[in-house]
Amino acid sequence: MELPRSQRLFAWLDERFNLSPLIDFMKKKEVPIHRHTIWYYMGGVSLFLFLIQLFTGILLLLYYQPGEASAYDSIRFIMNKVPFGWLFRSIHSWGANLFVLFIFVHMFSTFFTRAYRKPRELTWVTGFVLLVLAMAFGFSGYLLPWNELAFFATKVGTDIAGVLPVVGDAIKLVLRGGEDVTGATLTRFYAFHIALIPAIFTVFLGLHLLFVQRQGMHEPESVAGLPPERKKMIPFFPNFLLRDIFAWLIVLNVLLFLSVFFPWELGVEADPLAPAPSGIRPEWYFMFMFQTLKFIPPHVLGIEGEVLGVLAFSVAGLAWLLVPFWEIREKDSDRLKPMALIGFLALAFIIVMTIVGYLV
Amino acid sequence: MISRPKSYLFTLLLTAGLGYPAVAQDVPEGLQEDQCVVCHTDLEALPENFVFDNVHMRPRMSCAGCHGGDRTTDDEEIAHAGDFVGVPTAEAIPSFCGSCHSDINYMRQFQPSASTDQVSQYFTSAHGQALRQGDENVATCISCHTSHATLPASDGRSSVHPFNVPDMCNGCHGDAALMAEYGFRTNQYGDFVESVHGTALLERQDIGAPACNDCHGNHGAMPPGIQSIENVCGMCHVNNAEFFESTPMAVAFAEEGLHACEECHGIHDVAKTFDDMVGVGDESVCTMCHDEGDRGYEVADSIHAQLVMLKSVQDSAQVLLERVQNIGMDDVEISYSLRDANESLIQARTAVHSFEPEKTGELTDKGVESARAAMAMANEEIEGFRFRRFGFGIATLFITVLTVALFFKIREIESSRAS
Repeated sequence: MELPRSQRLFAWLDERFNLSPLIDFMKKKEVPIHRHTIWYYMGGVSLFLFLIQLFTGILLLLYYQPGEASAYDSIRFIMNKVPFGWLFRSIHSWGANLFVLFIFVHMFSTFFTRAYRKPRELTWVTGFVLLVLAMAFGFSGYLLPWNELAFFATKVGTDIAGVLPVVGDAIKLVLRGGEDVTGATLTRFYAFHIALIPAIFTVFLGLHLLFVQRQGMHEPESVAGLPPERKKMIPFFPNFLLRDIFAWLIVLNVLLFLSVFFPWELGVEADPLAPAPSGIRPEWYFMFMFQTLKFIPPHVLGIEGEVLGVLAFSVAGLAWLLVPFWEIREKDSDRLKPMALIGFLALAFIIVMTIVGYLV
Repeated sequence: MISRPKSYLFTLLLTAGLGYPAVAQDVPEGLQEDQCVVCHTDLEALPENFVFDNVHMRPRMSCAGCHGGDRTTDDEEIAHAGDFVGVPTAEAIPSFCGSCHSDINYMRQFQPSASTDQVSQYFTSAHGQALRQGDENVATCISCHTSHATLPASDGRSSVHPFNVPDMCNGCHGDAALMAEYGFRTNQYGDFVESVHGTALLERQDIGAPACNDCHGNHGAMPPGIQSIENVCGMCHVNNAEFFESTPMAVAFAEEGLHACEECHGIHDVAKTFDDMVGVGDESVCTMCHDEGDRGYEVADSIHAQLVMLKSVQDSAQVLLERVQNIGMDDVEISYSLRDANESLIQARTAVHSFEPEKTGELTDKGVESARAAMAMANEEIEGFRFRRFGFGIATLFITVLTVALFFKIREIESSRAS
């Protein structure tokens, strides 16, 4: 009896690529179900938002023209003349914010459930790099419409990078493509946004997903200790994937709602010769750092306050990246959980400083 | 480098040591050798309203430049001898000032393009002619420019700066006792400050708005005559004057001895114009001469209707534009179209002075067309906004149905697996 066409195709591929072990692996892959399962969806939602960014970004690329004289007008053209251009631009802008937000949620849920522990150290490291790259996506994309607010925020942002000792000036020069934020900065940020960062991001995302698939989902300690008969597991395919898609549809709906009812504004075209307007602020995910730098006195122990702040954030970021390698282990009987406390303080600091940044 | 106070002290010590007369501390640099300045400063005998910033207070000019005498000596008798003039009489002032200001060879040292016809113009003015006839109460050079606080007209402190001119003229023309001798009214300043010109100049600080001298002339100041009034207004309101001059109304006005412009718009109290000034309503100026049944009455009525029509369509389009802006839709093309409509309205209001409904109608029709185009575009944007919401509703419905279906599918899969 002749096999159906799909099976014949699979057999053809299997013969050449030996796919059967992979399919067997997928079939056997299971995901634990427990009261912390909801956090498993955060990574999937972040991935979904990244795909949306990729899709809408490519559509915007068809019309966007980088350049001091053309960037703003091309975005205006996209928003007003291109069919559904307003929607894709708005989805891209809102999507970027939700993307960073869900990565933050994903990271903190990973931190608090101790999912970074052996054997997932590199999954954590690649995840943190992806967060930094997502923020770099945001920073570079923010300037592309070449509006007043983005222009001055980029000026401030690159100035902050420039205060780093020894390498600061060089970093600033490379970021700006000159002494000041000009059209050269815009084309440079465009290159970062659509080529350099996506290329690096894709590598780290591939590694991150590979690690997750290879090692499976982490079980929190409260679940891992249970006997097998008390653990509830579901297959990754199709059960968990369908649950993932369920979450994606909800996020898609929210994204559409935000894009239609709160369309992302274009603002006023940047004028490098105009004085800086009041209320220059970075994107919300940089706000906690921006606000902290504003609070640090001009000089602390003979060191320039801003330099100290930037160094402190660099050290804190490095420490956060290396959490799996220096984690303070506590006993079950310990009432004080040092890592939970560190995580809580970091989260509280970010939330409070962000709110203060918008209120002050 | 020695700082200014230190340099004064240094000079004082040096000159005292050499037996030269002491120099007053507050005499500006460059005039410390000028004994007129030094003595009059020391004796506190400087003229009233004297300022050192005075354009004439410069080396080799200063006091002796006008009043004569010897500026190099501190001996009062020697200093005030020779060609010393002292205080000139009013009659002598034009030639006193003109001795320099009418001499192009002298003036071009300071201003290469300076005009030197002020004195000859002055004697063509009402002021100059009265002075010639021996009236010493009339304005001379120093009445406007001051005697010792003479500053360039571009200097905000100057009495002849555009913002200060109305007040300066009013110094004499608002003096009821003085003006009574000539039988002149004194309400010009009061009328002017309330007028469209006065509010633009004095309240909005619009330097382009006219002050007294822009209509009456500077040194050759004269009230404009019947024949010249439209030329005076026409210096700025060029199109209005051109339209008016080519109409039969201009001829009729001249025959009747009526002042063009002034009859409808007033003199110093020129008010901001409004569309109801034309037509046959209560505020119309046309009905001052035209009665129901005559041709002018009909013309006024139809021009008024055209303007009102355009303004009304333009207002409706403006309301729609604001709505488009409020909902965050594209307003660029609408604004351009509305700007065209507004331009047509301005042109039509100017063309009112042609008193030809065909001419004004052509412009108002064009404006109405632009305003209607703006309305159509605005309605399209508003419709587009509704479409977006409707589209979102459909998409949400679809996604929600899909989500619910997925939810049941997941339950089905998981319950079948559990069983």
